[in-house]
Amino acid sequence: MPDVRAIDYAGSERLTMNMGPQHPSAHGVFRAILTLEGETVVGVDAVIGYLHRCHEKLAETLAYVQYPSIASKTDYVAAMSSELAYVMAAERIGQFEVPKRAQYLRVLMSELQRIASHCLWLGTWCMDMGGALGGGATIFLYCIRERELVLDLFESLVGARLLYGFHQVGGVRYDIPEGWTAECRKTIALIEQRLDEYEAMLDDNPFFTMRTKGVGAISRALAQDVGVSGPLLRGSGLNWDLRRNQPYSSYDDFQFDVPVQAAGDCFARYRVRMVEFRQSIRIIRQVLDGLPAGPISSRPGVKSLAQVKVPKGEAYARVEGPRGEVGCFLVADGSNKPYRMKWRGASFSNLAVLPHILIGCGVADVVAIMGSVDPVFGEVDR
Amino acid sequence: MTAGHDRLTDVRAREMLATVAGVTVSGTGATIVAEVASDHWREAAQFAKDALGCAFFSFLTAIDWKDQGIEVVAWVDNLDAPFAVELRTKLGPGVTACASIAAVYRGANWMERECFDMFGVRFDGHPDLRRILLADDWAGHPLLKSYAVDTPHPPYR
Amino acid sequence: MPAPVWKSIKDLQEWQEHHQRRPETGDKHSAFFEQVTEGIHNFPGGFALTTVADGFFNWARKSSVWPVSFGLACCAIEMMATFASRFDVERLGMVPWASPRHSDLMIVSGTVTIKMAPMLERIYDQMPDPKWVVSMGSCANSGGPFRHGYHVVKGVDRVVPVDVYVPGCPPPPESLLNGLLLLQDQIAHFRRTGRRAEPTPKVD
Repeated sequence: MPDVRAIDYAGSERLTMNMGPQHPSAHGVFRAILTLEGETVVGVDAVIGYLHRCHEKLAETLAYVQYPSIASKTDYVAAMSSELAYVMAAERIGQFEVPKRAQYLRVLMSELQRIASHCLWLGTWCMDMGGALGGGATIFLYCIRERELVLDLFESLVGARLLYGFHQVGGVRYDIPEGWTAECRKTIALIEQRLDEYEAMLDDNPFFTMRTKGVGAISRALAQDVGVSGPLLRGSGLNWDLRRNQPYSSYDDFQFDVPVQAAGDCFARYRVRMVEFRQSIRIIRQVLDGLPAGPISSRPGVKSLAQVKVPKGEAYARVEGPRGEVGCFLVADGSNKPYRMKWRGASFSNLAVLPHILIGCGVADVVAIMGSVDPVFGEVDR
Repeated sequence: MTAGHDRLTDVRAREMLATVAGVTVSGTGATIVAEVASDHWREAAQFAKDALGCAFFSFLTAIDWKDQGIEVVAWVDNLDAPFAVELRTKLGPGVTACASIAAVYRGANWMERECFDMFGVRFDGHPDLRRILLADDWAGHPLLKSYAVDTPHPPYR
Repeated sequence: MPAPVWKSIKDLQEWQEHHQRRPETGDKHSAFFEQVTEGIHNFPGGFALTTVADGFFNWARKSSVWPVSFGLACCAIEMMATFASRFDVERLGMVPWASPRHSDLMIVSGTVTIKMAPMLERIYDQMPDPKWVVSMGSCANSGGPFRHGYHVVKGVDRVVPVDVYVPGCPPPPESLLNGLLLLQDQIAHFRRTGRRAEPTPKVD
């Protein structure tokens, strides 16, 4: 008769496992100290701050003309939205006009950035779940191929692929060159086609649905209480999109749907983002069709540090980035540097929901949930 | 989300908020700015959540006004109406303690830890007040105006 | 905007004082093995054997450099793009590998913060010799745009010795590929006895 020993999970049979900060699926520098009972997570201590680059303190030392390109390094996968929040806050306090063409260009760039960011999200998430050398690299390589096309558009416009200095207080810095519009239309038509392929590969895939349906459900109440935003909020049944509910930069000129799913699990968030892809393509087509002529900025190009002085005041400007509500709470004191800048990073609040939803799921689900939450640690740690 | 909150407008919310003890209401339009006395901070947050239906917690931060002390700012939204409530409280010169609203809004948990990390504000009633962005043994609170941005830390900088 | 003026050489002096140098004894391997190799090399005519062996082993080493995936910040996204479809590094033999125990190269892509520096050092220590470090991006080179932040290490070379510095913010994949090819040239100068020769200066 074999000697059977009961496992005492209350005592030393609980395993403390450290995940990160260097980890193939940590999405950046994130450390999760998991307490495990077998394969089930019973406790999680999320340690962040490994990428704390002192954005808020540096913003007090950098002028309004210098900081936008640094702001792009908060959410570095969606640099356009990050810069936009900062310049919008400065414009709101100083009541600076932004010309219509600049607003349309901002929308165009934000939506292209959303497509690029979601491409990266889908690629890395599937790679995390499938393994880098296994089937997961398939979707990753396809998505990066699409993302490269969008980055080519950015490169021909701004000169940079990832971190742009595109926005300035009062408008934008670059205008679209010859032939860019035609190239853009071709690219988004191609991406639309490829999206069908991805959905065909994933939607009914039993491996995918088994790993994402029912996993990591965020309830409506929890979502609002913690402050998650973006696809996480809409995947939990709340119809809240800043582009629709608090339109900024002429978003109310465009027709688009806001996808909402009730389930709140990883699959719901996946469906929300896949619909967002198509809606972004729809918005881009409308912008290109209706792009007005005119100046691209109400203020002259940057020539000196003292150029932009924002009068005393405070404002909180929020944009709908690919990860959710990216906001910049700016306190200005009349000089050319802010007095205080608080960066409300979407991923910081999104990540704060992890200790509530990771309890009770398996270790493999941790990876799937991290990917569907899609954190970018520039925003979390700032 | 009860039926009463569906019809709550920002005008009505402003009136309701003005009746709460220790609160001065200002601001225009869909953003209601509420100056709260620091001993009524938790009640004001609870009122915003229960009576005004502001279930969405956006952020909580602080501003260092040097001689006038630290001011804690929280932003919550009612997503149905929609309107936003900006709750502010001045802690007073030299005061570094504030009530915690982590029990009211779960999102305030990490935000208050960050405030403690950056400004040194101790939140009474917070379940787990420790540093979040910097290492636990870091000396000083960086976002205070008295802290230099390029403080050396041998041998790394 | 006024052009930046290098007002003092304080930063250079700081770099000279703080940057990590490779240990003089070279990489860890058997002293007996080194004696044998030196013996063969000093034997009349033996240099032909060691040179041929050097050439062969260096070719093998440089054609199969496995980077440990160490993405810290924005440069990690460009590093991923370099590893992916368009700029494929796998054709150079570089397979990104999660475990440091089985990798040769650490591409430090992103800002190193004071909280992260001990972790980085630990991963570097876990890599077996011979190992190389590529500092990717201006943050890893010198602290970059965040240099004056209180929590930022002024360059990863204060934590580990660096072989190739790739400038940019972020460096596009073409730049990183250039850096990796320069690294391959460096490896070609690596002698089996463990003492590295000075790399020939490359002019682009």
